[in-house]
Amino acid sequence: MRPILLSGHERSLNQIKFNRDGDLLFSVAKDKIVCAWWSANGERLGTYNGHQGAIWTVDVSPNTVLLATGSADNTVRLWNVKTGECIKVWDFPTAVKRVEFTPDGSRLLAVTEKRMGFLGTIAVLDINYEDLEAQAEEPSLRITCTESKATVAGWSYLAKYIIAGHEDGSVSQYDSKTGEQLENVQAHEFDNLISDIQFSADRTYFITASKDKSAKLISSRNLAILKTYVADTPLNSAAITPKKEYVILGGGQAAMDVTTTSARQGKFEARFYHKVFEDEIGRVRGHFGPLNTVAVHPNGTAYASGGEDGYVRVHHFDKPYFDFMYEVEREQLRK
Amino acid sequence: MAPSFDTLSEQDLHEEEEEEIDFSDLKEQFEVKLEEGLDTFIVIDGLPIVPEESRQKLIKFLLRKLNAVGHTSEDAVFMPTNDKNMSEGFAFVEYETPEQAIAAVKQLHGTPLDKKHTLAVNKLMDIDRYGREGRIDEEYKPPTVEPFKEKEHLRSWLSDPNARDQFALYRNDKVGVFWNNKNNPPENVVDRAHWTQLFVQWSPKGTYLASVHPQGVQLWGGPAFSKQKQFPHPFVQLVEFSPGESYLTTWSSRPIQVEEGHPVLSFEEDGKNIIVWDIVSGKPLRSFVSHDLAGGPVEGDAAPKKKVQWPAFKWSADEKYVARMLQGQSISIYELPRMNLLGKTSVKIDGVMDFEWSPATVTRDGVKQYEQLLSFWTPEIGSNPARVALMSVPSKEIVRTRNLFNVSDVKLHWQSQGTYVCVKVDRHSKSKKSMATNLEIFRVREKGVPVEVVDSLKDTVINFAWEPNGGRFVLITTGEAPSGAAVLPKTSVSFFAPEKKGPQAGNFKLVRTIEKKTSNAIYWSPKGRFVVVATVHSQSNFDLDFWDMDFEGEKAEGEKDLAANLQLMKTVEHYGVTDIDWDPTGRYVVSSASVWTHSMENGWNIHTFAGQTLAEHPTDKFKQFVWRPRPPTLLSKEEQKQVRKNLREYSKEFDEEDKYAVDIANTAVVETRKRVLNEWVAWLRREKELMAEEKDAYGIPEDADDAKVAKDAPPVSEDQGEAVVEEIVEEIVEENEEVIG
Repeated sequence: MRPILLSGHERSLNQIKFNRDGDLLFSVAKDKIVCAWWSANGERLGTYNGHQGAIWTVDVSPNTVLLATGSADNTVRLWNVKTGECIKVWDFPTAVKRVEFTPDGSRLLAVTEKRMGFLGTIAVLDINYEDLEAQAEEPSLRITCTESKATVAGWSYLAKYIIAGHEDGSVSQYDSKTGEQLENVQAHEFDNLISDIQFSADRTYFITASKDKSAKLISSRNLAILKTYVADTPLNSAAITPKKEYVILGGGQAAMDVTTTSARQGKFEARFYHKVFEDEIGRVRGHFGPLNTVAVHPNGTAYASGGEDGYVRVHHFDKPYFDFMYEVEREQLRK
Repeated sequence: MAPSFDTLSEQDLHEEEEEEIDFSDLKEQFEVKLEEGLDTFIVIDGLPIVPEESRQKLIKFLLRKLNAVGHTSEDAVFMPTNDKNMSEGFAFVEYETPEQAIAAVKQLHGTPLDKKHTLAVNKLMDIDRYGREGRIDEEYKPPTVEPFKEKEHLRSWLSDPNARDQFALYRNDKVGVFWNNKNNPPENVVDRAHWTQLFVQWSPKGTYLASVHPQGVQLWGGPAFSKQKQFPHPFVQLVEFSPGESYLTTWSSRPIQVEEGHPVLSFEEDGKNIIVWDIVSGKPLRSFVSHDLAGGPVEGDAAPKKKVQWPAFKWSADEKYVARMLQGQSISIYELPRMNLLGKTSVKIDGVMDFEWSPATVTRDGVKQYEQLLSFWTPEIGSNPARVALMSVPSKEIVRTRNLFNVSDVKLHWQSQGTYVCVKVDRHSKSKKSMATNLEIFRVREKGVPVEVVDSLKDTVINFAWEPNGGRFVLITTGEAPSGAAVLPKTSVSFFAPEKKGPQAGNFKLVRTIEKKTSNAIYWSPKGRFVVVATVHSQSNFDLDFWDMDFEGEKAEGEKDLAANLQLMKTVEHYGVTDIDWDPTGRYVVSSASVWTHSMENGWNIHTFAGQTLAEHPTDKFKQFVWRPRPPTLLSKEEQKQVRKNLREYSKEFDEEDKYAVDIANTAVVETRKRVLNEWVAWLRREKELMAEEKDAYGIPEDADDAKVAKDAPPVSEDQGEAVVEEIVEEIVEENEEVIG
């Protein structure tokens, strides 16, 4: 199907997220506003205004009641999805690069930048759904990254661990109760920062995207590297598709290098790899800047990508996408 | 008087203790070496024993010899006498500089003084160092003979059952050698990080791989690419093998500084830029100062960084001679293996601009004795015309010369068998405003070396290439290019072939000219017939045209009597292509884009001879791709003919082999996929079980990960939003249900 082009942002996209039902799509960009869209037709539902700086990250609670955003204005804001009001503002000493709700929505983590003498931290905030106005002031847990700052983080299955990707290319696993670091694995090449972490539906494994031009599928339990997907360009984002055994990688020449290179080699395409066999099976063109973020519909029927070019493109999958199968898979199915 | 025990003071006791400490190791370490200053002394042994009276006479006689290699005087020669007033048969001599002393040792040692006496000349330091008491064992011990070590098979790669070719690939900091597997990924032989500092180079027959380091050149070979030979030329920058792999020339812009005690280099190499090495022994044969650097600015200061002339030494086809030109003055021809100047003098040629050896040993019509040919040219000097000449070596006879007028530049192109030399003459009109090119082709094998002039071309020829082992050639011409224009100048590609006329090749005729191209490079297949004409090093055009000169289809009427049937097989694009390389068998062509030229889309693509792209290999920081050359075939002409005749039979066999290999590979792929899929499914299952266990252990309800619903927020998401979506979903679902029903 023709992609739906969402042109509501004036600057480059930073993150997009589907809600759990998949009917809504939230996008944040450097232009300080959060947009909510109907994923089915691309109509804009509304915006959430209030941030004073570029917004780096967005997440929606599993019940689509609350929306959390993290911004370069050193705040995390909590919004009422339905009304668009800002319910709560948490102030941090530095910019917030990543927020994510636990699978049950009861907690929220925020990754803060290392800057101005402050070390990078991962803060955990308890979320109260009983009375939306009454949210805790202080984080219930604070993990400080002394070695290499965390760039991205997320919750494992049962919110048992916090998994963080670091600037030096390593991935670590923290106990989500105590904040103790349990494991640290140099998953990607040293000093190639991890740009994205996205989990599978059951959160037993996750995919990391890195500037070392590869994405890796890693087990949440012991950080064992299960699969490696090699691309020919630095990656900014990676997602796992439900339903079909694919992963989608997005990237492209780093924004600062683009002007010096020809457009034909920018490699601004979404790449589809087979999750199990690690083969590249297809590419989707369209953006004219690097892809900063990709997200998959929770039902696996669509995906969206946000680019440095300021556009979000929503693609609904066609029949051949679902029909495509390796011979071995077909055999397995027949058994 | 020694103090008695009673009178010993405390201090004395300590002193004694100190003396007992064994500091001989320290003494040895910090002992002042007296060698310095004695560098200028030599010891001459083997002199006649003479009485005191005739000593002066002997010294005088000796001085004549000594002064031939350096400067010394009568006072500086000391010949000791014993108590019987007879000399001892040796003398000490002091030279002015250590260098002279070294030269004396080198040149005088072992030379006869008269019939009975042979001089033994050594440095004083050496005598002191090696001849000191205790250093020499009185008893003779026979030197241990190293047990015979079998050498590695340096040509093992040729015995590959599938006759695959190897190539070296230099990317990032790593150099690897691989087998070419057509469209399958290449098979690695070795891959080493930091294998070379500058580049890698194969020897002309593929026996060695040379890597270049600040310490020198290292040759590698054998099945595992182990170290073969080292040539310690510090800061070496350029390397050149002789055609038969016996010798190696190395060049560095920095003059060599030889330190005392260097295992390979001696003072003779000090201050030199070029060394000619013997590959088998690993020893330098002779070293030179390069002309370009010593020459200084000749043509004004416009070009302060003159391009290095490389290869500085050009080899004759049989490696018996190597020649170097001093531009505008002379050509020096050296004889190997002694590296002595042929006939003891350089060949004086006023104004000589360039020279080329024949790439093969030619037998000229009516010439019986052995000879090597070399061609050179001189520009117009005063009222003398420009001249192209063929010289026969070793006789240094001029075989053929031709005078030319209005010459701006000349390029000499030998055909690979030495049958022809094409002299490409760029001519200017009298006003020097327009340029034209003439091709003067010397038919070397024919009697009297006739010269054929191919019709003058109005445009300038920017590239020219002979067909290897053939008589056809391709050239590229360009019109007057507006200087500084961003667009590439339009070029025309012209194909020439000889007329079909009896056993002798006829006159050269134009087959076809392709206009409006941007091509600038010509790459013939090493076996002839096929040629790739390409645009390389360009920002906007990257086309490779694959031509067949012997197309087996219909021939155009006008070209009936030409020994060629031209056909364009395919045009391929390779973005940013910088280099094109044919494999030594002429089966594959590799086009590559190297990071040395630009950093965009570096990598290499492999095509068949007909232009079909087999595989693309985008490679980060790709630098160099080099096919391993093959030595010439050992089959006789008859045997080769036989093979060609039965080609069908062979090709059937090979097709079957290929098919079989593909089948095997496919099964292997399916098997691995099956295994991988099963492993994945098993992993998922185990992970699920573990999670269930954990849930049980923690007493977490099954729906622990389900979303919490806020009380004051009625199910918002099920409002209109979902209604829109459901409309679409429902329709599809209903359709499905009908089918099932």
